[in-house]
Amino acid sequence: MPTFGNGRRVAIIAGVRTPFARSGTVLRDYTAIELGKIAVAELVQRSEIDGADVDSLVFGTVVQSVIAPNIAREISLLPHFPRTLQAFSVGRACASANQAITDAADQIALGHSHMAIAGGAESLSQVPILHSRGMSDVLVAAAKARSTTKRLATLAKLRPRDLVPITPAIAEPSTGETMGQSAEKMAKLNDISREAQDRFALRSHKLAWAGTDDSRLTSEIALVPEKPNAEQMLSRDNGVRENSSYEQLAALKPVFDRDYGTVTAGNSSPLTDGAAAVLLMSEERARELGMIPLAFIRSYAYSAVDPAEQLLQAPVIAAPIALERAGLSLRDIDLIEMHEAFAAQVLSNIQGLASKSWARRAGFDKPTGEVDMSRLNVMGGSLAIGHPFGATGARILTTLCNELARRHKQFGMLTVCAAGGMGHAMIVERE
Amino acid sequence: MTQVTNASSILFRDDEAGLLLELQDGVAMLTFDQPNSPLNTLGTRAAEAFAEMFDVVERSSEVNALVIVSDKQDTWIAGADIEELSRISTPLEGEELSRMGQQLLSRLASMQKPSVAAIHGAALGGGLETALACTHRIATDSPKTIFALPEVQLGLIPGAGGTQRLPRLIGVQAALDMILTGRNVRARKALKLGIVDELVHPSILVAVARQRARQLADGQPLDIKRRSRDAKQLASEILLDDNALGRRIVFKKARESVLGKTRGHYPAPLAAIEVVQRGYEDGFDAGLADEARRFGDLAVSPITRELVYLFFATTALKKDTGLAEGDDTAPLSVRKVGVLGAGFMGAGIASVAVQAGTLVRMKDSSTQRIASGWQAVHHVLSAREKRGSITPAQLNDMMSLLGTTVDYRGFADADLVIEAVFEDLAVKQQVMLEVTAVAPEAIFASNTSTIPIEEIAAASARPDYVVGMHFFSPVHRMPLLEVIVAPATSSRTVATAVQYGKKLGKTVIVVKDGAGFYVNRILSPYLNESGYLLAEGAPVDLIDKALANFGFPVGPLTLLDEVGLDIAAKSGPIMAAAYGERMERASALQRVIDSGRLGRKSKSGFYKYDGSGKRTGVDENIYKLLPMGNRGAAIHETEIQRRTVFAMLNEAVRCLEEGVIRSPRDGDVGAVFGIGFPAFLGGPFRYLDTLGATAAVRQLDDLNASHPGRFEPSPLLRRMAENGDQFHVSSTRSSHT
Repeated sequence: MPTFGNGRRVAIIAGVRTPFARSGTVLRDYTAIELGKIAVAELVQRSEIDGADVDSLVFGTVVQSVIAPNIAREISLLPHFPRTLQAFSVGRACASANQAITDAADQIALGHSHMAIAGGAESLSQVPILHSRGMSDVLVAAAKARSTTKRLATLAKLRPRDLVPITPAIAEPSTGETMGQSAEKMAKLNDISREAQDRFALRSHKLAWAGTDDSRLTSEIALVPEKPNAEQMLSRDNGVRENSSYEQLAALKPVFDRDYGTVTAGNSSPLTDGAAAVLLMSEERARELGMIPLAFIRSYAYSAVDPAEQLLQAPVIAAPIALERAGLSLRDIDLIEMHEAFAAQVLSNIQGLASKSWARRAGFDKPTGEVDMSRLNVMGGSLAIGHPFGATGARILTTLCNELARRHKQFGMLTVCAAGGMGHAMIVERE
Repeated sequence: MTQVTNASSILFRDDEAGLLLELQDGVAMLTFDQPNSPLNTLGTRAAEAFAEMFDVVERSSEVNALVIVSDKQDTWIAGADIEELSRISTPLEGEELSRMGQQLLSRLASMQKPSVAAIHGAALGGGLETALACTHRIATDSPKTIFALPEVQLGLIPGAGGTQRLPRLIGVQAALDMILTGRNVRARKALKLGIVDELVHPSILVAVARQRARQLADGQPLDIKRRSRDAKQLASEILLDDNALGRRIVFKKARESVLGKTRGHYPAPLAAIEVVQRGYEDGFDAGLADEARRFGDLAVSPITRELVYLFFATTALKKDTGLAEGDDTAPLSVRKVGVLGAGFMGAGIASVAVQAGTLVRMKDSSTQRIASGWQAVHHVLSAREKRGSITPAQLNDMMSLLGTTVDYRGFADADLVIEAVFEDLAVKQQVMLEVTAVAPEAIFASNTSTIPIEEIAAASARPDYVVGMHFFSPVHRMPLLEVIVAPATSSRTVATAVQYGKKLGKTVIVVKDGAGFYVNRILSPYLNESGYLLAEGAPVDLIDKALANFGFPVGPLTLLDEVGLDIAAKSGPIMAAAYGERMERASALQRVIDSGRLGRKSKSGFYKYDGSGKRTGVDENIYKLLPMGNRGAAIHETEIQRRTVFAMLNEAVRCLEEGVIRSPRDGDVGAVFGIGFPAFLGGPFRYLDTLGATAAVRQLDDLNASHPGRFEPSPLLRRMAENGDQFHVSSTRSSHT
């Protein structure tokens, strides 16, 4: 039975995240680095390890800080760890935390590492706003000017149009298409109705609310003081709606194609702030320390499609590859966590997994299989909980492992779609 | 002490004093490394060696300049040898010692060859005065490098020219601030104030100092860019420091401020102001003469004697493991501490723990309570950050060590769990059992102020892990910690609590278990007596004023308002049950408590408070609760003092007699740092020694006659009176008894 790591199994010990908050709301005054630190600090405390035993820290983020571009290193400088803890940052768009996790797992599988922390963080409230080219030129020249007069002369070259800043957009550099436009296109290509999307979004909210209400979801969360004065400790996600109704969702206007579109703010994941991290160990270190793993990584895979085609469909290719590497079929999987960027994307992914032509593109004769909806995103997903780009992967892995443990089930699969037409799938197992 | 004449570059060495003078490229490098001591101090022995070095420097034609460096890790020169100061027996002796220091440094200052102080680490007292006498001062930009003139804290004034050189260097206002408070000034601030001329990285300190020395010797300009001072500072200097009229205002204000703070109990700050002023009015030499004379007077004053005693007592406690002699059980190191309860005490404990670098797991029942606890910790630390004592990065690091939770996740690896939950035996036992279930190896410490530890531990299957750690409020400011040992508490548990308490920066006394332990037990009859006085018609503000005048930081009724009458209500019956008649709650206090007033926190107590919590005067309605109102027989201030203070002194002796405290030293330190017993009296036992046991017994007997049952002298005190004994071996100086 082929498993990841050639016999050197990687254990997932615990996961912790901050509350996820719609950007511009309660976490707006936190940087991604601060959010990452909170998640990691609580992970160390809650999992009852000595920070000195951690030997690597890998973190992902999408919108990087211009001032501190290596978020992982900033986090590894928490006083919980010795200053000698090495750390690096990775980027794979919305699968950045997954990349962090698999990079850390690879190091453990190679025997280079025994205890690693991996995760990701994102603040979409605090994105860097860039100066225009003209403004940048003038500022750089002014900084080099040797006298005040020359500096003023340089600044005098500024023109009103130079004052307009550049804000980053969530658009594909290769196609110029925004993420929402891509989802809209996928809905049309795959014939995903507006109603199906809205019903799926409603399902996400209802299940996430149930998970919040019975604290299965909130037990993953670190308490975060609301800035500026810590008037309260934030302990739950603020995007999950208790009383969402189909009628409300159906009443929303499409955003990306106002005339013929079906993708709305209600069936898309919101821009979100948050961070998440998981603790990984070699199986032997976990045993030495008497730690009981939540689960083990059994396999994973990454894939990509042409971004100009169906930008968010690559998980459909990654999933069968990961399953093959795990020696399992979709039927063996007890729980599936599928990242929900858009309802249209999830429904397209599900359709793709059942399709022969997508299976062939992944190199298989038979379709991967029909997704059993009772095993899919049983506590909702990113549509309700939110999607801090760099953090989502670690959130999903944590939720998947915790729920597998609660249900005493054996196999779990997660998939994540990412900008650039990329996809990821991971299979985890419990003993 | 031999002068080296061979070809070596060593010009002079005195191994006994730890001084080495080497010639390097025309510069004499004087290295100070006092043997068998973590610090360099300036005793007579060192001063003699310095004088000889200065001789060599002046005489030697090869030497063009002098650099003074220290070989110690964290100190440059830490000031006078306090041991030696405490041996001064007459004012003249003190004056001569001061003159000797003055002359030594005047010689350094007037030397033909330039001198450079290369400072890394603490330059305190005589150390800073030495630096001030140099031509040029270079310091390292290190947190270890601090400057202070802490003499007032021992009841003294700087005695080696500091009162004259510092104001001339940095201005009267800044100099008075340092001299009157004794506060530490960090390197950056010192540069800004002008105490030092430049800051460098420690690795180049000696090289730069040597280079500066050569430049000075060659008459080259140093070309140091002076930092521009901010306009406000400059304006204030011009207006107040640089003209006689302005200075007079500064001196007057300083005097008023000192009198307001000390109520005249501490003469040293006033003497310092006088000496600085003298120097401005009659010149440097007149200032020096006054400095030496006043130093001599103060050195033998009883106040200095007591302050020096307390200095030695706390120094001795720093080395005390808290265990019985011969017991060398090693303490456990505390990496993670659990704190139960995010209230004022819990948050206070968390705030000192994160500052000590410990991981803290703070638990309470609701996120709302945790939020207020988090805020309280942040408040303490951000105040430190605003003062510049910690950097913003340190603030963030410390806050990140504070983990919060509403359940017991993250407790299993705690080495120590301190509970600060509701003051109720059943509640405390409950949380103790919860902790044992999740963290069976953790030491469990109760921060109870009244409940005997033995009673809490009775519910535990491992009572050897249970100890009391009684912090005082506000935790981040109060320097004392009582570690309370119950009969079953193990040595390892005690040693760990004591060592960790010291790591938190506390002065720790080990106290035997029993209601009120030590501090609250001696406080109880004192507070109670203020209740009797109230009932007899003494006005609230007069009672408080009497004890403030005695030297307490606040009077007993203000203290009750601050602590909270509900807290007093809880402890009263416990004390009465344990100690009987003399601790029966005064009915006047009981009536005020029963009226529902909680003190400051409910903005209603003995005093009134406005909406923002500012005190606005005595609440006259109090008197309606009292039999005599405020129209009882006039009670003289000294009688108020006598009754309250003797109640406390007598109880302190009972504590010693019963072995609640291990020594009079612990009793003195506990009262001074836990209650604010006047430091200038040295503590209850030092004060009793000053009064004499016989006189004390006579006073108590007298009081007991008019107030039967409350003032019966403790048997120990009676025995001591009969034998003419003292608590302390010598009343002039003793750190151990």
